[in-house]
Amino acid sequence: MTNPAPSNILPGLRLRQRFPLLALILERFVLSIILLFAVSILIFGGLEALPGDFATTYLGQSATPQAVANIRQDLGLNRPVTTRYVEWLGNAVQGDFGTSWASKNSVSEQIGKRLGNSLFLAGFAAVISVPLAVGLGMLSVHFRNRMPDKIINVISLAAISLPEFFIGYLLILFFAVKLGMATFPATVYDSMGFVERLKAIALPTATLVLVVLAHMMRMTRAAILSVMSSAYMETAELKGLGALRSIVKHAAPNALAPIINVVALNLAYLVVGVVVVEVVFVYPGMGQYMVDAVTVRDMPVVQACGLIFAAVYIFLNMIADILAIVANPRLRHPR
Amino acid sequence: MNDYTKYLASRVTAGGLSRREFMGRAMAAGITLAVADKLFTERAEAAEPKRGGHLKLGLEGGAATDSKDPAKFLSQFMFCVGRCWGDMLVESDPLTGAAVPALAESWEPSKDAVTWTFKIRKGVKFHDGKELTIDDVVATLKRHTDKKSESGALGVLGSIKEIKADGGNLVLTLSEGNADMPLLLSDYHLVIQPNGGVEDPLASIGTGPYKLTSFEAGVRATFEKNKDDWRSDRGYVDSIEVIGMNDATARIAALSSGQVHYINRVDPKTVNLLKRAPNVEILSTAGRGHYVFIMHCDKAPFDNNDLRLALKYAMDRETMVQKILGGYGKVGNDFPINSTYALFPEGIEQRVYDPDKAAFHYKKSGHSGSVLLRTSEVAFPGGVDAAVLYQESCKKAGIEIEVKREPGDGYWTNVWNVQPFSTSYWGGRPTQDQMYSTAYLSTADWNDTKFKRPDFDKLLLQARSELDEAKRKDMYRAMAMMVRDEGGVILPMFNDFVNASTKQVKGYVHDIGNDMSNGYVATRVWLDA
Repeated sequence: MTNPAPSNILPGLRLRQRFPLLALILERFVLSIILLFAVSILIFGGLEALPGDFATTYLGQSATPQAVANIRQDLGLNRPVTTRYVEWLGNAVQGDFGTSWASKNSVSEQIGKRLGNSLFLAGFAAVISVPLAVGLGMLSVHFRNRMPDKIINVISLAAISLPEFFIGYLLILFFAVKLGMATFPATVYDSMGFVERLKAIALPTATLVLVVLAHMMRMTRAAILSVMSSAYMETAELKGLGALRSIVKHAAPNALAPIINVVALNLAYLVVGVVVVEVVFVYPGMGQYMVDAVTVRDMPVVQACGLIFAAVYIFLNMIADILAIVANPRLRHPR
Repeated sequence: MNDYTKYLASRVTAGGLSRREFMGRAMAAGITLAVADKLFTERAEAAEPKRGGHLKLGLEGGAATDSKDPAKFLSQFMFCVGRCWGDMLVESDPLTGAAVPALAESWEPSKDAVTWTFKIRKGVKFHDGKELTIDDVVATLKRHTDKKSESGALGVLGSIKEIKADGGNLVLTLSEGNADMPLLLSDYHLVIQPNGGVEDPLASIGTGPYKLTSFEAGVRATFEKNKDDWRSDRGYVDSIEVIGMNDATARIAALSSGQVHYINRVDPKTVNLLKRAPNVEILSTAGRGHYVFIMHCDKAPFDNNDLRLALKYAMDRETMVQKILGGYGKVGNDFPINSTYALFPEGIEQRVYDPDKAAFHYKKSGHSGSVLLRTSEVAFPGGVDAAVLYQESCKKAGIEIEVKREPGDGYWTNVWNVQPFSTSYWGGRPTQDQMYSTAYLSTADWNDTKFKRPDFDKLLLQARSELDEAKRKDMYRAMAMMVRDEGGVILPMFNDFVNASTKQVKGYVHDIGNDMSNGYVATRVWLDA
C-alpha cells in the first residue's frame, strides 16, 4: 500500500496539499455562501423591525380598516416570522422571489428586467472606466510629479469630491438643456433598439465613469509606485529598460492584487450604489425599483433586491480575492 | 347662463366641442338658437384645436409597485394613465365641480335620495370591439363594493346596498339617502371595464379615448388613439407617452429642454426659476388639498376651546401662503372646504392673524408653559419650515411652541392621528359630505382632530339626503361654522396644483376637481406646431 492511511481520514488536507489553489477557491466559495445566508437573516429581520406596515402605507389616507384587514389576511401577515422566513428562503434559493404585494407581478420577472438594465449601465460604465483608470494611473506614474500627473490628479480629485447627483445635474444642464446634444431622460424600455439605448445611457454612463474613475486611478498609481521603489525595479532600470516598458511589464503585474481589489469594489458600486444616478436620470434599474418598493413596504421586492445586492457584492469580492491569489502565487501558501 | 352651459362654453374654449355638438347640447339645455350661436362664435374664436402629434408627459408619482388594476390605482401616475384609457359613469364639471354625464347619460333620484336610477349610454364600444352593456356596469360596481375588495373606492361606495340592472338602466339602492351619489361615481377607481374586469382586472380595456399600447410600472406607459371613441370633444393628439420622473430636478430639466410637454408637481421653491425659461408656461390650478395643524379635541391641553381659538388666531395665514407655497395657494379659514366645492358656504368671515385676540384667549384658557407641535417633511412639503414660521407668529402672541421634528418614516403610523398636536395634509374629496364624513364625523376612522359632536353628525346626515340645494347650503354653512369655531383643525392654506407645460400645449383646462386637469390632461390638450 503506497497510499498512507491518514489521507483517507483527512481528504481535505490532502486536497489542500495537492491543489492548494483549488482548495483556497473552494474555501472562499463556501465562505461566501455562508455569508450570503447570514445576510439573508439580517435582511429579513431588519425589514420585520421597520416601523409601519404594507397595508397602511400602501393604502395611505384612502385606507379603510376593512381594506387594511383584507390585505393583511390576503398576504398571510398573521403567520409567525420564522415560518415566513423559511418559506421565503426556500423559494429564493430556487430563484422564486414570490409576487410583489403591491402590483401582484412576479418579482423574479421584474427583477430580471431591472437587473438587466442595471447591469447594462454598469457594464458600459465599467468597459469605459476600468481601462481608462488603469491607463491613466500608469500614465501618471510615468509622469509622476510632473504636469500631466498633476492635471490627472486634480481633475480626478475634483470629480470624486462632487456628489454624483451634482455631476449628473451639471451634465444634464450642459449637454441636454443648453446644448441639446444628449438624450434625456435616460428611460430605456423593451422595444428600444441597441443604438438608441446606448444614446439614452450616454449621460448616466459619463456620470458613473467620472464618479468611479478617480478611486481606481489613484489606487493604481499608489500600488505601482510602491512596487517601483522595490529592488527589482531598480535592477530593471539599471539594465536599461525603458521607463514605460518597465512600468507595464514589471511593475504593473506585481501591483495587480490591490488594483483588482479596488476595481471589484467599484464594479460592485456600479451595480448596487447607483440609486441616486438612476433617480436623477430616470433610469429604470434595480436601485429605482428598490426605492419604490421601500416607500410602500413592498417586502418581497425589498428582500429580493437586498439579497441580490448582497450577492453581487459578495460575488465580486470573491472573484477579486481569487484573482489576487492567482496573480500572486505567494498568497497561495498561508504562512 | 346655467352651470351646464358654462361647462359647454368652457369646452368650446378648450377646443372640446364642435359647433354642431355645442348647438345641439346648448339648445337641449334650453338656450335659444341666436344666443347659442353668438356664444359659440365668441368662444370658438378664442381657440381652435389641432389634431395629431405625440404628447409626452413627465410625471411624479409612478412606482415599480403600481398596479394596472383600476381598483388599486393610487399614484398620480396611474391616476393620469387610467383617465386616458377608461371612462367612469359620471364626470365632474371642471369649473363648478357638479356632476355631468359620461357613460351614464342621465340620472334620477327617488324623493329620499335612497334609490338612484342611471340611464346608461348606448352604442359605446370597448377597445376590444365589444359593446358596453348594463351588465359590464353592474359587474364593475359589484367588484368595487365587494366587502373583500381592496378597491380604493370601497370607502366611498360604502353606503351602496344593492346594485341591479333594470332594463338598460342601473339602479342603486343605498342604506341612507345621499344627494351626492352621482359625483361619487366619478371616482377615478371606478373605470367601467368589460364584465367589471373580474376575469382580467389588469387588461386595461376601457371605453376611453386612448388604447394602452405598452406599460412598464413606474417607468413608462404609451397610448394610441382609440378611433372608435364615442366622444369627439377629447383625444386630440395621436399618441401619448407618460414617463415616470420622481426627481423634481429631472422633471424640470426634461421640460425646459423640450423632451417632455408637460410635468406635474412643480416645487414652489423653484417655480420662479422655471418661469424664466423661455418656452415654459406655469399652470396653477386652485385645488381642494389643504395643509393642516391638527389638535386632538379630547386631549389636554387641546380639550380647551379657548386654547384652540388662541392657536387659531396665532396663525399667520398670508405669510404661510407666501413663504411655504411660494404664493401658489389660497388662505384657509379653519374649515376644510373652499370655493372649489359645489355648495360652498359663502360669506363666512375670514379669520386673520390677530396676536391680541390670541393672547386674550390664551390667557382665558389658563394654560401655561410650551405647547409641543410635532412635524415632518412628509406631512407636507415645507412642513418643518411651516412649523417654525408658526412658532414665530405664536411668540408675538406670547404663546410658546416647541417644534419637534419627527422622522418621515412611519410618520403616518406613529404621529398622525396618534399624537395630540401635529402637522398633516388632506387631499380634497369630491363633495363636502365626503370631506366631513372622512375626517369630522364622530365615528370616522380618520377623524384626526377627535372632533366629536352629535349635533354636527346629525346635521351631516341630514344634509346628505337633502335634495333641496338651498337648504343643503345652509346646513353646510352651519357645519363649517362649528368646525371653524370649535373644531381642532388649524387650516392655514389650500395649496394650488402647480404644473407646467411647454408653450406648444394648448387647451389646458384648469379643473378644480383634482390635480393635472383632474387627471384628464392628456385627453384634453392639443399640440400647436
